[in-house]
Amino acid sequence: MAEKVLMIALSPTMETGTVVRWRKKEGDQVKSGDVICEVETDKATMDYEASAEGTLLKIVLAEGGQAKVGDLIAVLGSPGEDISGLLGAPEQAPKPSVTGPAAAAKTAIVPPPSPPPIGGRLRSSPLARKLAEDRGIDLRSITGSGPDGRIVKRDVEAPSGDEVVPVSGMRKIIAKRLSESMFSAPHYYLTVSVAADELLGIRAKLNAGREKKVSLNAILFALAGRALARHPRVNSAWNGETIVRRGSADIGLAVALPDGLVTPVVRDCGRKGILAIDSELADLVERARAGKLAPAEYAGAGFTISNLGSFGIDEFTAIINPPGSAILAVGAARKQPVVETGPEGDRIVARTRMAITLSCDHRVIDGAVGAAFLRDLADMLENPALGLA
Amino acid sequence: MSIITCREALRAAIDEEMARDDSVILMGEEVGAYNGAYKVSQGLLDTYGPERVIDTPISEEGFTGIGIGAAMAGLRPIVEWMTFNFALQAIDQVVSNAAKMRYMSGGQFRVPIVFRGPNGPAEYLGSQHSQALQSLFAHVPGLKVVAPGTPADAKGLLKSSIRDDNPVLFLEAEMMYGWKGEVPDGEHLVPLGVAEVKRPGKDVTIVAFSKPLKLALDAAEALAALGVDAEVVDLRTIRPLDEAAIYASVAKTSRCVVVDEAWPFASVGSHVAWLVSHHCFDELDAPVELVAGEDVPMPYNHSLELAAQPSVQKIVEAVKRAAYM
Repeated sequence: MAEKVLMIALSPTMETGTVVRWRKKEGDQVKSGDVICEVETDKATMDYEASAEGTLLKIVLAEGGQAKVGDLIAVLGSPGEDISGLLGAPEQAPKPSVTGPAAAAKTAIVPPPSPPPIGGRLRSSPLARKLAEDRGIDLRSITGSGPDGRIVKRDVEAPSGDEVVPVSGMRKIIAKRLSESMFSAPHYYLTVSVAADELLGIRAKLNAGREKKVSLNAILFALAGRALARHPRVNSAWNGETIVRRGSADIGLAVALPDGLVTPVVRDCGRKGILAIDSELADLVERARAGKLAPAEYAGAGFTISNLGSFGIDEFTAIINPPGSAILAVGAARKQPVVETGPEGDRIVARTRMAITLSCDHRVIDGAVGAAFLRDLADMLENPALGLA
Repeated sequence: MSIITCREALRAAIDEEMARDDSVILMGEEVGAYNGAYKVSQGLLDTYGPERVIDTPISEEGFTGIGIGAAMAGLRPIVEWMTFNFALQAIDQVVSNAAKMRYMSGGQFRVPIVFRGPNGPAEYLGSQHSQALQSLFAHVPGLKVVAPGTPADAKGLLKSSIRDDNPVLFLEAEMMYGWKGEVPDGEHLVPLGVAEVKRPGKDVTIVAFSKPLKLALDAAEALAALGVDAEVVDLRTIRPLDEAAIYASVAKTSRCVVVDEAWPFASVGSHVAWLVSHHCFDELDAPVELVAGEDVPMPYNHSLELAAQPSVQKIVEAVKRAAYM
């Protein structure tokens, strides 16, 4: 009995998926659990594992093709089986979808051969020429984006040098989630400058003789985890009628990608040691950059840390990453002249300082609650031993 | 307004026109006792009798010629061809007599006749019975060619065709007979020569007619999911062609994809594509695309039969080319 292989939701927010590569060919034997293809979701490229056994009779969605969740992408069954019933008769009942029978898709997807460019001639569409003339624009000043560099309408309309790029699935998610956060959660911001000498000292001691260096972020995660455990009202999620106080300090790290960002989550940071957090974080960040995170690994952060210190940013404010209610923006650690009062009076000394800014959702975290958390965290950063208390 | 099939809409048009005008007669193979090969003439023999609903022998050239003579003598015959494939037997009568008589007699004779039947591929009918022959007739001055894509247009256009004083080739499609749609009850006339925007849009113009109209509309929905807002222009009448409606749409969208299930060489589709290229030259941002039947005799193998025809996928790909996507 042949079975349909459908596009499934490989991430909680996935609505469509693109088959990047078929790992099985038509005619191949497939066992349950075998990876049959790789699917690009809104956030990552995932392996699609077969849930049934049989022979891959038909690949319906060609490589590069996109399908909605629930759409047919392939058929499994026994060799020689009649699967026309599963494929449907598109001529009678064409589905309003870009996925058609593979035969049609194959003929349609092969691009027609481009004619060779004519030597030195400027190519442009008639409309582009008319628009350029109307606006007094010299076509030679424009780069064409059409076939063989043909200048088309969008090239003339774009201000010189601009490029129009389509919005990726990830960018749509970022736009949607952060807009929702910014426009629904009333943000306020608390900034404190902390002495970072002890913190950097601890890191140097941990790294002595260690080949793989422990990151500053791992220490921040461990101390933030302890602070969250002591301030459960900060580790909470707004739920409309209820507020969820979370039992575990699950902290996400904002990781920049070539086009976007993703926040892999280290679970239960309140109870994990720095080294355990560091090795988890290193693995997550590496796979995040390779686009290989599983959705569960970047979902459900109760608190987020965004660190732009490596860019030399002194301080900044971040937008809360739902479902969390707070995010910590970490600036660069810098040596600064600091006035210290000793037995001989005031003196100016060089100290390393770092600004951290907490963005809070006022629906969940009132000012004094946020301030108490940040003071506690700042004290721990200045004197990490307090984290053990 | 009722929701009825295309078959019932066509029947209603013939019935209403026969009731309205005694000079309207129906003739063809199996139109009477058998109620029509596709049941379009269901019950008409009972209502109007054998003088007005006439079963003919299997001789297309003969009864087509008789119909033309009857039209010249004052009747308004509807000649049903079991399919347009069989019209090849009768094409000499249509081209040499029906199309020429009014012109060559200096207007002394009129030829108010409708030739109707299914045109274009259906399923499993082989090369000889799967042809879309609209361009053969649209080629000829003196003929009108009508190709509805919805049940409502089928009724309104057939009534107008029967009332027209010129020979009208009325193209139906076997696959469409069972399609349902809202059809106005009673008097519903759609003028010949007037196209209709079936779906407004701003990014690309898809021109279609007859059965492929549905493909164009489905493609437009698929394109909407890709962020492309397609306008679908339904020609409804191939000749006279509503050029102004096509140009107005292309002036808005700057891109045009023409869909015609006939072969691409010297077809209605290729002619419309040329007209757009010529008249909208300064408005076009991309070459006009033509989605046509493949340039081969129709294969019998069903997969190949489907692959040889326009599809939603082929239209979407053509729009992507026209939109530089």
